[in-house]
Amino acid sequence: MTIGVLYSRIRHDEKLLLNELRDRDHDVVKLDVRNLRFDVETPEPPLSECDLVVDRCLATSRSIYASRFIDSYGIPIVNGPETAAVCADKAKNSLALAAAGVPTPRTEVAFTKESALEIIESFGYPCVLKPVVGSWGRLMAKIDSRSAAEAILEHKATLGHYEHKVFYIQEFVAKPDRDVRVLATDGEPIAGMVRSSDHWLTNAAKGAETATFEPDERARELVAAASDAVGGGLLGIDLMETADGDYTVHEVNHTVEFKALAETTDVDVPARVVDWLEQQRTAEVVA
Amino acid sequence: MAECIECGATVQLHDDVENGEIIDCGTCGSELEIIETEPVSLDTAPELEEDWGE
Repeated sequence: MTIGVLYSRIRHDEKLLLNELRDRDHDVVKLDVRNLRFDVETPEPPLSECDLVVDRCLATSRSIYASRFIDSYGIPIVNGPETAAVCADKAKNSLALAAAGVPTPRTEVAFTKESALEIIESFGYPCVLKPVVGSWGRLMAKIDSRSAAEAILEHKATLGHYEHKVFYIQEFVAKPDRDVRVLATDGEPIAGMVRSSDHWLTNAAKGAETATFEPDERARELVAAASDAVGGGLLGIDLMETADGDYTVHEVNHTVEFKALAETTDVDVPARVVDWLEQQRTAEVVA
Repeated sequence: MAECIECGATVQLHDDVENGEIIDCGTCGSELEIIETEPVSLDTAPELEEDWGE
């Protein structure tokens, strides 16, 4: 099978994937997104030679457009453009989770500083202000007071890209200094980990410590439901444990990193991912 | 081995290094991108952009 790996940079994650694909004698075509051109009708080589493409773009904007073009050519892509579009935008992500009945933190969106401040005051302090597009905990603000809220909103409205004027406000979940990441394929967990930190942000990219996490029945149920809510695929589902012993799903990631997970678990993560990729191609052929 | 384009130090490379791979200079900490493998050519890695992530 000829598998295209669409990438921005070859990080350890992509290296793990490339090595696993090559070990299984797949023909791997590296697709540097910086060098590609997308015709509205016909794919150019080497993209046209691919039986399946795996989107590993770091840049969300490129991921969204590239996956849309590749899908339009009839080339199967993981993840599909619909999933990418939903997962890339926190507002769309929250809407999808809520529509599917998946427990997710209380969230509201507003477009002016005044309306955003009203939401923040109604949520109470602390609460969280997030960019609608972004990752790795960047530009996230835990707001502890009205004066802080006013300053952050003023900065975002004045200094930011227009997307920063979409104020995405979320309740602060008093999680136990950790959150949960589950890597799943079409809702079936491959492996999970907890990410612990003294900081309120528990992203692995922020230096959180990781440990293996075995999803219990409830976590598995929510992982499956969250995956379905965004259209399925190879996903990183982020959950927080709540005070009442349940979980809340705050985010689903569509170009999920798995280096930290692979170092945490005994599961052969790249092998399981490639197992699933091979099934995708098989499913396409049968269909 | 290759030479860091930022500080000139020698950078150790794995045998299976490939185009597009990001490596760190052990001396100055710069992120470097492999542009060519035969012979090895390095450039500074792309800067982090706002929409990068998962």
